[in-house]
Amino acid sequence: MTLPIQVSRLRERLWRAVVDGDEYSAVRIAHGALAEGIEEETLLLDVIARVQEKVGTEWAADRISVAQEHAATAINERVVAALAHRPDGGPYRQGHRGRVTVGCVDGEWHAFPARLVAEILRLRGWQVDYLGAQTPTPHLVAHLHRTNPRAVLLSGSIPTHLPTAHAAITACQAVGVPVLAGGRAFGPLGRYAFALGADRWAADARGAAAALEAELPHPDPAAVRHIVDDLPHLADQEYTMVVQSRGTLVKQTLRDLEDRFPALREYSDEQRERTAEDIAHIVDFLATALYVDDAEVFTGFLLWTAEILEARSVPAVSLVSGLDALSDRLRDFPRTLNLLREGTTALLERAHSPAHGPGPDLHV
Amino acid sequence: MGRAVCVPPLVCASPSSFADPRDAGVNVGATWGDAPYPVLVIDRDGALVGLNAAARRLLPRGNGEGTRRHLVPSWLSAAHRRLTERAAGTVTAPLTGEIDERRYEAHATPSEDGAVVWWLIDDTDRRVAEAALYSSQERVAVLSAVSSRLLSTLNVPRCAEATVSMAAEHLAEAAVLVLPPQGRRHTLTHARRGHPVQRVVRRIDPRTVQGLAEALQGFPPVPARWIDPDGLPDWVIPEGFTGPVGSVIVTPLPGHGVPAGALILLRSGTERAFTEGEEVFARLFAARAGAALSAARLYTEQTAITATLMRELLPPALHTVDGVEYAGQYRPAGDEERVGGDFYDFHPGSESAQETLVVLGDVAGKGLDAAVLTGKIRNTLHALLPLAGNHDEVLRLLNGALLTTQHTRFATLVLASVRRQDDRVHVRLTSAGHLPPLIVRRDGSVEEVPTRGTLVGALPEISSVGAEAVLGPGETCLLYTDGITEARGGPLGDEMFGERRLRRTLAECAGLPAEAVVERVQMLAAQWIGAGRHDDMATVAVSAPAKVPPGSADREGAGEHGGRRK
Repeated sequence: MTLPIQVSRLRERLWRAVVDGDEYSAVRIAHGALAEGIEEETLLLDVIARVQEKVGTEWAADRISVAQEHAATAINERVVAALAHRPDGGPYRQGHRGRVTVGCVDGEWHAFPARLVAEILRLRGWQVDYLGAQTPTPHLVAHLHRTNPRAVLLSGSIPTHLPTAHAAITACQAVGVPVLAGGRAFGPLGRYAFALGADRWAADARGAAAALEAELPHPDPAAVRHIVDDLPHLADQEYTMVVQSRGTLVKQTLRDLEDRFPALREYSDEQRERTAEDIAHIVDFLATALYVDDAEVFTGFLLWTAEILEARSVPAVSLVSGLDALSDRLRDFPRTLNLLREGTTALLERAHSPAHGPGPDLHV
Repeated sequence: MGRAVCVPPLVCASPSSFADPRDAGVNVGATWGDAPYPVLVIDRDGALVGLNAAARRLLPRGNGEGTRRHLVPSWLSAAHRRLTERAAGTVTAPLTGEIDERRYEAHATPSEDGAVVWWLIDDTDRRVAEAALYSSQERVAVLSAVSSRLLSTLNVPRCAEATVSMAAEHLAEAAVLVLPPQGRRHTLTHARRGHPVQRVVRRIDPRTVQGLAEALQGFPPVPARWIDPDGLPDWVIPEGFTGPVGSVIVTPLPGHGVPAGALILLRSGTERAFTEGEEVFARLFAARAGAALSAARLYTEQTAITATLMRELLPPALHTVDGVEYAGQYRPAGDEERVGGDFYDFHPGSESAQETLVVLGDVAGKGLDAAVLTGKIRNTLHALLPLAGNHDEVLRLLNGALLTTQHTRFATLVLASVRRQDDRVHVRLTSAGHLPPLIVRRDGSVEEVPTRGTLVGALPEISSVGAEAVLGPGETCLLYTDGITEARGGPLGDEMFGERRLRRTLAECAGLPAEAVVERVQMLAAQWIGAGRHDDMATVAVSAPAKVPPGSADREGAGEHGGRRK
C-alpha cells in the first residue's frame, strides 16, 4: 500500500537530486523507495515519469537551463537502468505472457517514454525486446522476422515523425504483427495513430499494458496498404511539394522576412541560423499537418512555440510574419494556405486571451 | 382434356385431343416437329397436348392403366402453373430443371388461350464447364491469398502457423504440419478450422502415419485412398477434433532440394472423402507452403550466421571503469547496416594503476568491406595492447601490419590511454591523421587537443605527435569521426554541420555524464541531417564524473536495501 503523501514526497526528493545532477543520490532514493515497500510500477510511473515531465515543463518555462535539462534526463534514464539491472531483478520478470517489441519511430530521440513502457511490461510478465531511440524501420522489420513477437509498441513524441511512423506501422502490419502506438506525437486520444492505421493506441504505459493483456488480433498481412489508401488527400501532392522544397522555402522565407524587417540583417550568423531553424520547424510541422490532414498538429505547435518564445522574452507575433511570408510562397496550394490561415488565426486569438493550453513535447 | 385446344399461331391447332398427344409432325409441318430441341405443348390446365420427336425420346413414360403416357417433369409443371396464373404474355426468365440426370433450360412461348409451348434446351455441359471454371477460379484465389500471406513472413513458426491455418480453412477440417526433425524431435503445428493454432515440439515416430516418413524423406506422396484413417496415432489429431477421421492426405512440402516438411490433412468420417482433384490441389498448396518455409528457414540461418560474424565487428559496449565514464555511439551510413568504416574499441585496464586504452578511427570506404578492415585493425591493436604505453610504437607496428595485407585501404585513428588519479583523469592522446579530439571544460569552454600524425596503411614511414590532457570533475574529452562534422543538412538543407556547431554543442554539455554527451552530439547531428544521406558517424566520450560517488560503504548499503525489497 502506497500513500499519496509518500509518493509526492519521493517525487520532491528525486526532483531535487535530478536537477542538481546528482546521479548517486537519485539512484539511492529510488532503491530506498523500493526498500520502503513502494511498488516498482508506482515508482516508475508516478515518481520517475512525473519528475521527467517536470524537467520538460521547467525547461519550457525557462526555469532550468538546457544543460540542466540534459543532465536531469540523463540521470532519470540511469535511475531506470539501475532499477532494471538490480541483481535480484524483481519478482515477476519471467516473460510468461509472451514476447513483445518496444521501439521508437526512426528519427525519434526521446526514448524515455518507450523505456518506461518496456519496464512496465517486463514487470507485468512480458518478455520485452527494447530497441531504444530512433529505430530504423528496416532494423525493426528484421527484428520482427527474427523474433515473431505478439505486438510492436511504437513510441513517438514529436509529431514531425508521423510520416515515418506511418511507414513503420504499415511495414509491421505487412509482416502480420499488430502495432500499438503511443506517445504525444500521435495526438489527442490517439487521433493520428488511428489515421495512420495503427491497430491500437494507448495514452500511457498502463494503458499499453492493458491493451496487450486484452489480446491484439494479428492484422492480415495480405492486405498490404499504400500510403494513399490510408490518407487519400495525399494525392493532391501538396505534402510532397512542401517537403521537397523545404530548403528553398526556408531560404526564401528568410529573405522575405529580411525585406520586411531590415533589423534582421543585423543578426549574427548564429541568430540567423536560429531564425532559419524556427522557419524550418514551421515548415516541418506544416508538412506534417498536410500529411495527416489535420490543422491541430500545426496550430498546436505554433501555440506551444509562442509560449516558449515568450518565456524567453521573444514576441510571439514574429511567428505570424513567418506564416505570412510562407503564404506568399505557397499561393498555389489551397490545403496549405488553409493551414497557414488557421495557424495565423490561432496565434492572433492567443495574443488576445491570457489562458494558454499545453503544447507538444519538443524539448531538445 | 376433352375440349379443343388452341395452340399458339406458331403451330397449328390440333383438331382433337388424344389419350396420348399425337405426333405433331403432320399438321404442323417442319416448324417445331423437326426442331432438334425437345418441344412440349401444355394447355391451360397443365395437360400435355403436344410434343415433338425429340421430346418423345426424352420424356419418361408413366406405366399406369396400360397406356404409357409421357410424363411432364414436376419442375416444369410447377413452372407452367406459375406462368399460366400470371397475365398472358408475361415474359419470364428461362427455368431450369433436371431430366434423366441432365439439366435443361425451359423457354416458354405462351399463346392467347393459355396453352404454352415449352422449348427445352440441354445446358448440362455448359454448367459442368462453368462449375469447373468457378472452382478453378476459387482455387486460384485461394492460392494467391496463400502466397501473399506466406510471403509476408520470414519467420519459420509464423510461416508454419499460416500454412496450417489456411489449410484448415480451405482444404480440410484440420491440418498438421510436421517439420523435419531437429535431433529426434519434430515441431508439430496443429490447426482445426475456426480454432487457434497450437504448436508443440515432441518426439514422434513418423513411420506410424502411412506416407509421412516417405514425405519427410522427399518421396512422392502416397495416394489418399491408401491411407487407413483408423490407424492414426494420437499426436496427429488436433485437440478438440471430434469424431473418427474419415479421410487423410499426407503431402510433402517441397523445399530447396530437401523437404521442408509434410502436411497432413484430415476430414472426419461424416464429411465426404477427399477427391482426386482435392489431392492435386493440396499438392499445389503444399508447393507454395514449402517454398515459403524454405525461404524463412534460409533467412533465419543467414541471420544467425550474419549475427555471429557481425558480433566481432559491432562496436563494444562502453561503461564506467575505475571511476572514469566511457560512452560510445555509432551510426552506420545505411539504415540497413549495422557496421561500417568507422570504429571504436575499448580495453579497460585490469587494475586501477593500469591505463585503459580507447581507440576511435575511420577506414577509407563504407559498408561491409570497410568493416572487415576495422575488425583487422581492432584485432591488431588488441594484440599490441602490452605496448600501449608507447603510442608511436603501436602505430608504427599497426602501419606495418596494414601495409602487408592485400587491402588497399588506409585508416585514420586516435589512441587515448586513460588513467584516474584522485578526482582527475589523465589522458594521453595520439592522432594518426585523425581529427583532433575536443575537450569541454567545466565552464563550457572547448579546447582542441594538440595532437597530429600520419594516417596508417598508406606510407612505409609514419610519424606522430602525442599530447596529454587532464580532465577535472565534469569535464569530457570527445573523440569523433568526420561523419559528424561533415553531416550535410540543416534548416537550409545543404550546409555542413561543421566543427563550429560541434563546439557549440559541446559547450552546452559541460558537466554532463559521458553518455549524455555522445547522445546529444549524435542527436543534433542526426537532426541536422534530417532525412538526408550521411556517412558513418562515431563518437566516444571519456568523462571525469561531475560528482564523485560516495564511499563504497554507502553503495553497499544501497545494494542491501535493494536485496531486502519484497
